[in-house]
Amino acid sequence: MNEARFSGTASYVATPDLMMAVNAAVTLGRPLLIKGEPGTGKTQLATEIAGALQRPMYEWHIKSTSKAHQGLYEYDAVSRLRDSQLGDEKVRDISNYIRKGSLWEAFESAVQPVLLIDEIDKADIEFPNDLLRELDRMEFFVNETRELVKARHRPIILITSNNEKELPDAFLRRCFFHYIRFPDAETMEKIVRVHYPALKAELLREALTTFFSVREMPGLRKKPSTSELLDWIKLLLAEDVPPEALRGDDPKKTIPILHGALLKNEQDVHLFEQLVFLNRRGGR
Amino acid sequence: MLIRFFTELRAGGIPVTLPEFLSLLEALEARVASLSAEEFYYLARMAMVKDERHFDRFDRVFAEHFEGAQKLFEKLTAALPPEWLQQLTERLLTEDEKRRVEALGGWDKLLETLRQRLREQKDRHEGGSKWIGTAGTSPFGNQGFNPEGVRIGQATSRHRRAVKVWDARDYRNFDDGIELGTRNLKMGLRRLRRFAREGAEEELDLDGTIDATARNAGLLDLKLVPERRNAVKLLLLLDVGGSMDPHIKVCEELFSAARAEFKHLEYFYFHNFPYERVWKDNRRRFSVVTDTWTLLRTFNADYRVVFVGDATMSPYEIEQPGGSVEHWNEESGRVWMTRIAAHFPRLVWLNPETEDRWKWTPSVEITRELVGGRMFPLTLDGLDRAMRELKRGGGIRGPDRIHDTVRPD
Repeated sequence: MNEARFSGTASYVATPDLMMAVNAAVTLGRPLLIKGEPGTGKTQLATEIAGALQRPMYEWHIKSTSKAHQGLYEYDAVSRLRDSQLGDEKVRDISNYIRKGSLWEAFESAVQPVLLIDEIDKADIEFPNDLLRELDRMEFFVNETRELVKARHRPIILITSNNEKELPDAFLRRCFFHYIRFPDAETMEKIVRVHYPALKAELLREALTTFFSVREMPGLRKKPSTSELLDWIKLLLAEDVPPEALRGDDPKKTIPILHGALLKNEQDVHLFEQLVFLNRRGGR
Repeated sequence: MLIRFFTELRAGGIPVTLPEFLSLLEALEARVASLSAEEFYYLARMAMVKDERHFDRFDRVFAEHFEGAQKLFEKLTAALPPEWLQQLTERLLTEDEKRRVEALGGWDKLLETLRQRLREQKDRHEGGSKWIGTAGTSPFGNQGFNPEGVRIGQATSRHRRAVKVWDARDYRNFDDGIELGTRNLKMGLRRLRRFAREGAEEELDLDGTIDATARNAGLLDLKLVPERRNAVKLLLLLDVGGSMDPHIKVCEELFSAARAEFKHLEYFYFHNFPYERVWKDNRRRFSVVTDTWTLLRTFNADYRVVFVGDATMSPYEIEQPGGSVEHWNEESGRVWMTRIAAHFPRLVWLNPETEDRWKWTPSVEITRELVGGRMFPLTLDGLDRAMRELKRGGGIRGPDRIHDTVRPD
């Protein structure tokens, strides 16, 4: 059906299981549900797929107040009321007041598009259930104009979730599922290389060692993730920090940099400072 | 052949349905996966498992089906006492040492030796290079190093040398159904939502507008309504006694979840049992206290009260005046609890101890009776039941012996 295969891009490192998941979803036209720790590149993936397969991309970002029909269309009753006051001719045709949502736009696309439904778990518990038919049959009915909208090409639908809510079984059955694992040291090195090709090997090694040791520290409330590592390295480069400074001999130098980019709450920073202090004493 | 795999998955506790199985077959037919076992594993997992908590179960069934070896492992790990494999120490091996560690031979040989060793060995073991235990260089046990090692009972992989993806069972720590996290707790607390429109009018009321416009003979008449907000008021009373120490984490999580969910949230601490005073800041618990009478006067009956405590103490602390462990209380805990329960009809007690242990502690039974049976375990299910109880209105099964609710002078 589809010849295009996704195998990561110049700016995105995909593990074999992720490639498999994306390719299966593309080939069979099923939505792909992506979960994983925050900052592992869930949202990024959609952009990368669209770029790699050269498809137009539509985004639908879900908020706690989002309703399923907003992705399909919205009927703007207020402007129609206003226009009726002003005697505008537009008012006779109700379709002038139907605003298309991202799903409709994706359905209308001339080539197979990529549609990102971002953070579906933010919406109300019933939200995914309201999309079952749309995702299954790739069609919906516009009540106001009595029009059936059908997808010209089944879009490649990517759905991300942060696990704030359990998704209903009926919804899950219709999707493929992939859990982005936290990358191991080897993959992580590749990821950093992709983002900072000019990075000195020595600095990279020191940075990764520090990063993984921070992650392995017991009792952290929020473990730093890939995106935080990348931010941190950017910071290190900007500050032109020498690799020796990361070796932990001089915590005074490492903590202010770690502070903002890797650790995101004060309890974690405090814990970290204590452990560094203990280590220093232990080392003597 | 795959049908057996499908039924085994279902028997293994993974909720796979027929359409999902069919979509796997469809994907196989579309040649999404090539003929490697690893690709098939990824494909099957993606099509049939929709929750990372089930990944571990899937790995086990997969291994069992395609390898026939994992079952043996289950038996072996089941036979090992868990504390024996607890991660106590970790010996860091130098590169030189690692090189000196010898691989024992093939997979079968490894298993055979493991079984043999298990039979020989009786006690916990750490370090060393033969016996099963932690931090050693034996091929068995965990946190150690051996190029052909078999990992037993370890939460995270250290050297990442596991032989096969599914045998690595990397998703093990996702698989425990009852783990409480802030988010899960929020989900539980969400049950206790009662939306009301209060405050400034800032949202368009479409129905009202259409209605008013029609009444106005077609002249546009915009109607606004206040935004919907959760109007439930919650009073949280937390035990900070010594016996609560093991439960600190779950209490913190409950607290932060509740803080995010309720606009009207008040909290106070008590030690073991509520008496005539409670406090807000645990460090200044003796200097800055709130009189319980003030508490009853300040918060009216529309507050829902949630006690969090293990209610584990000597029964005297409830029944006797002066029974408190840290000060002299004029009136017994029972009197105070009865007063509080009478004032707040909607009240529950969440107990972090597991439900089956309650009946062995008399004080828990007494407390339970005092709150009219409305004690629930601090698990997702318990929280759910508690929130249902709070929502129902309460006061129905309140204690029948209500003493004085008037303040004695």
